[in-house]
Amino acid sequence: MDLKIEDVNAPHSMGTTIIGLTYNGGVVLAADSRTSTGVYVANRASDKITQLTDNVYVCRSGSAADSQIVSDYVRYFLHQHTIELGQPATVKVAANLVRLLSYNNKSMLQTGLIVGGWDKYEGGKIYGVPLGGTIIEQPFAIGGSGSSYLYGFFDQVWREGMTQEEAEQLAVKAVSLAIARDGASGGVVRTVTINSEGVTRKFYPGDKLPLWHEELEPQNSLLDILNVASPMNI
Amino acid sequence: MANSAIDVPPRGGFSFDLCRRNEMLTKKGVNPPSFRKTGTTIVGLIFQDGVILGADTRATEGPIVCDKNCEKIHYMAPNIYCCGAGTAADTEAVTDMVSSQLQLHRYHTGRESRVVTALTLLKKHLFNYQGYVQAALVLGGVDCTGPHLHTIYPHGSTDTLPFATMGSGSLAAMAIFESKYKEGLTRDEGIQLVVEAICSGIFNDLGSGSNVDVCVITKGHKEYLRNHLLPNPRTFVSSKGYSFAKKTEVLLTKITPLKEKVEVIEGGDAMEE
Repeated sequence: MDLKIEDVNAPHSMGTTIIGLTYNGGVVLAADSRTSTGVYVANRASDKITQLTDNVYVCRSGSAADSQIVSDYVRYFLHQHTIELGQPATVKVAANLVRLLSYNNKSMLQTGLIVGGWDKYEGGKIYGVPLGGTIIEQPFAIGGSGSSYLYGFFDQVWREGMTQEEAEQLAVKAVSLAIARDGASGGVVRTVTINSEGVTRKFYPGDKLPLWHEELEPQNSLLDILNVASPMNI
Repeated sequence: MANSAIDVPPRGGFSFDLCRRNEMLTKKGVNPPSFRKTGTTIVGLIFQDGVILGADTRATEGPIVCDKNCEKIHYMAPNIYCCGAGTAADTEAVTDMVSSQLQLHRYHTGRESRVVTALTLLKKHLFNYQGYVQAALVLGGVDCTGPHLHTIYPHGSTDTLPFATMGSGSLAAMAIFESKYKEGLTRDEGIQLVVEAICSGIFNDLGSGSNVDVCVITKGHKEYLRNHLLPNPRTFVSSKGYSFAKKTEVLLTKITPLKEKVEVIEGGDAMEE
């Protein structure tokens, strides 16, 4: 395929797989790490799970510029809110602010977000805020271009009352499945787990992910070539 | 994104009506005037004690090279510099504007500027103009929180990376970085890699060319290496330069200044008011 200059100048968008799911005691957020402009991968290790407050994070999809501006504003408002209230903001407040900005500016924004976090009133909660600016409280939410490959999978395997370990495994499995089928998703898998104990970030490199139907072990990759002393033998 | 904005009239901010009119005219075959663009290779990387930025020096206007030695590494603050690709006027204007805001901020706070401050100001401006300010930037600097490197796209999205490339030559330069970058490079290794990446853009991308500019920023110190490498020397001039044949006759050396001739006409009709 030809790489056109227009592609490099195209708006930065995140053909993405993002996931948020609740488990017994908290939430897990997961995302791939590919950011593309047209057919060029502009960033292969981006972080699409953005912090809003100590206990609330958001998964971003769609236009990178739009999702960054929304999360920047929400983070700013939540800071103010936390100071005025004298206690941490709840996940519901954070999600509602995201909804407010997404809904009020819906004609100018192309972004879908998944808000997840833990607070002392309601525990772990996931809110989906898709394109039009509606808000949906869900036990699990999936988003981005890769999510279309995952609806059936989640319908089958998600159940209430999973352990943290089970939930994290499920999230990583789901993102790696989507990476395998969706061209716009790729790179590494990042997860953020939030519960009463606090926040844990995890990182799964691309060559350590599970393999699916007809996928091959990574070999002769860039990393291998770099490790060999003399790769050129003619 | 442009078509989704048509549904509802915007309530405030910049009006993009004329932008949409221009797009319509272009589609109908009216060619807008071209302006100076920097089909560019710009790069940056983080090394063991700071940041190195690099750029080529070609500016083009369509297929014509209109400046063979322009400067693409712009000053933001004493500890922050910024490489610009895209429309030359836009990169220049946006970096100048933000560097002035940073200077005022320094007078106000009495502290060194931070890279994130510059980043936020730049992305805010670019987002407001929805990609019509065509500036793709690589922002680098060292502040009290350490070395930082960011890329900023014309639509206002930003990335934070250990090594970054931008402009039409970004693919050629990224190929070099992806195969050779590692953490904890020394100063000399870092400059060497930046030069190699820029040269890759200069030689393999038509939009990039001429010389290599480098800027090394470390804690409390910076070094702007203008024309660090000249891989494209002029080949059509003899190494001794132009000269005239020795016996060329000098006809006249005396300069006669022209006299001003003023004629005063007396009489005539008086001027009426």
